[in-house]
Amino acid sequence: MENEIKSIVGKFNKDPMRLMDILLDVQAEMDHVPEEAVELIAKELDISNVDVEQTKSFYHFFTDKPQGKYTIYLNNSATANMMGRAEVAEAFEKAVGCKFECTSDDGMIGLYSTACIGMSDQEPAAIINGHVFTNLDPYKVRALVASMKAEKPIEEMVEKYGDGNNSSNLIKAMVNNNIRKKGPVLFSEYETGTALKKITDMDPQDVINEVKNSYLRGRGGAGFPAGLKWDFCRRAQSEERYVMCNADEGEPGTFKERVILTEMPQRCFEGMAIAGYAIGAKEGILYLRYEYKYLQEYLEKVLNDMREANLLGKNLAGKEGFDFDIRIQFGAGAYVCGEESALIESTEGKRGEPRNRPPFPVQKGYKDQPTVVNNVETLCSVVKIMEKGAEWYTMMGSRESAGTKLLSISGDCKYPGVYEFEWGIRIRDILEMVGAEDVQAIQVGGPSGTCIGPRDFKRTLAYEDLPTGGSMIIIGKERKLLQDVVRNFTEFFIEESCGSCAVCRSLTVILRNKLDKIIAGKGTQSDIDDLKKWTKYGKMANRCGLGQTAANPIATTMENFMDKYEDLIQKEVEYDTGFDLAAAVAESCNYVGRKPNL
Amino acid sequence: MSKPVVATTSLAGCFGCHMSILDIDEKILDLVELVEFNKSPIDDIKEFTKPCDIGLIEGGCCNSENVHVLKDFRKNCKILISLGECAIMGGLPALRNGIPVQECLEEAYLNGPSVSGNKKGILPNDDELPMILDKVYPCHEVVKIDYYLPGCPPRAELIWEALAALITGNELKLPYEVVKFD
Repeated sequence: MENEIKSIVGKFNKDPMRLMDILLDVQAEMDHVPEEAVELIAKELDISNVDVEQTKSFYHFFTDKPQGKYTIYLNNSATANMMGRAEVAEAFEKAVGCKFECTSDDGMIGLYSTACIGMSDQEPAAIINGHVFTNLDPYKVRALVASMKAEKPIEEMVEKYGDGNNSSNLIKAMVNNNIRKKGPVLFSEYETGTALKKITDMDPQDVINEVKNSYLRGRGGAGFPAGLKWDFCRRAQSEERYVMCNADEGEPGTFKERVILTEMPQRCFEGMAIAGYAIGAKEGILYLRYEYKYLQEYLEKVLNDMREANLLGKNLAGKEGFDFDIRIQFGAGAYVCGEESALIESTEGKRGEPRNRPPFPVQKGYKDQPTVVNNVETLCSVVKIMEKGAEWYTMMGSRESAGTKLLSISGDCKYPGVYEFEWGIRIRDILEMVGAEDVQAIQVGGPSGTCIGPRDFKRTLAYEDLPTGGSMIIIGKERKLLQDVVRNFTEFFIEESCGSCAVCRSLTVILRNKLDKIIAGKGTQSDIDDLKKWTKYGKMANRCGLGQTAANPIATTMENFMDKYEDLIQKEVEYDTGFDLAAAVAESCNYVGRKPNL
Repeated sequence: MSKPVVATTSLAGCFGCHMSILDIDEKILDLVELVEFNKSPIDDIKEFTKPCDIGLIEGGCCNSENVHVLKDFRKNCKILISLGECAIMGGLPALRNGIPVQECLEEAYLNGPSVSGNKKGILPNDDELPMILDKVYPCHEVVKIDYYLPGCPPRAELIWEALAALITGNELKLPYEVVKFD
């Protein structure tokens, strides 16, 4: 093992900042990261065991034990459940012969759950040894498990490739793009390099001004003006600056970046180069979620092609002194790394815990240098803005929301997939376009967003009305909103909280328990009153967006669907703790061999 | 108006909070002027003899008897106060909460270093004994609790001031030192 570790650590120049890459390689090579490997890595990097262990233990896809020759990660998002995950999971358990979160006795097949893998338009879906399997059903599951038992190579189990580049030689995935509506900015004709060649004649400050004039706002969700961010970064005093592209896309129900990176990664990389030119950075990093690792070879090839075309590397587009290159940093399964300062921590090889702010990343980001972190969609929009001009861009959209927005739409509708809309479109019009009937609710912007009901369908998607990071999960009339959706989202936040802020760490659990009590029919009006009060605390007492929005599934459904809660509580009882003496003594009585005397 | 009636009990606690009640020193004479004690270890009244106004609960619930006593208090007292860390959060006894109850019993009666003479490996299971709960519960998870007085134990003056505030209807001032947690 020592030689293997030495060679892996050597590959990354014994740089502790590359600990994520080192652990990813060890996990890939040994199917887990054993205790001994942790010690060896620490020794090679000249850091303490704990430094390695704390990073390792933070991420879902680094494991202590081998997960099986075939490791199945089945998505457990709300959308997956709507599309029939329960039957698929049962079929897996039956065929494999073990329960979820375990590996079969012969060490052959491991069954594990994982948070949304960015395939909400083709659920239920699973990642098996890095390959994505979509639209699963019990029949397909039995066939898959039979192939595994026959030790068939995983590539051969992918029977049909998806549309577009998904079927290209370097991807070969059964994933579908499902691009349902193209628009003028993102899914539009474009010749790679046009914008880059144009801007190299401009002064970097003019590039920033152009982005400012376009009123482009960050597409990750927060909507911070992109040009302003670049300006802050350019003005920060430093020799080195960095451009980071956030492709962590962990918000359940969101998958638009997967499609961009499958169909037009060149545009994203070009956007990064433009940002590099504008702020004066030489290095760009694409932080890509582990779930999209199947795109790695393809993306590396695209980067190489761009280097060969002089769109990356030295003297870009023939401009003397304009050097810029990009590397891909993979995550390892942590939603919180989508928060920009956590993403930076992770890229530095640490636990993905959000930093205290200020200083903001534009002042002190990656390696403590000024850093711009932009979403994939933002950077792609920049390219088109530079090609066609800010004025062209501002003609689209609404007053405070210029341009277009990509939406990942999933759930109870006929045409799930990716849509490019101009900002300002009415929710009702979207529903019609996606073929959604009998809609009970829509989750806008994922679990951290808002759950709206029919009285809000007349509203418009725009920063000034209903903002969104880019997803809509449509929830049909037949769904049990609290049981099927709200509870799943709240569990998601419990799993994904980094644990740094006490309120986020414990409030999420307290809220889930209260919700469970209400769902179990033991709730009273006082529980509803408590929830109303307590959901407000998250916003006040947590450091990052995750903690601040973790109560949103409950808070926003209480706002729009209070009747769902009221239907479940006991009307005649004023207060009920839900304590069950029989259940509480069952275990000890059973063990000492006595009949409970209640 | 007749004197308010106070009851107290110690569940899964160490009696430290009751010691703190006694720690109000000579003010206990004032207290006796102000209130009448009913069921309490202080006067050794074992059962409620009349409805009470205020119940002070020390300790959380670790067994079925604690649960019965607590429910009895809820039934007989208008206002219940969780007194101190164990009643509020489970306290030291709740350290067992991460450990399966089976392991706790084995450690206590079979394998622990202080176990001797239990050659037959008997685990207490007489019907007369309280049944052990799967974990230690803070009082508010078993019955409704109206007020919480933090501390381990809550300072004597705090108990005094809280009772005085309740009886006189004045606002209780909880200084920062009393409620800070780190």
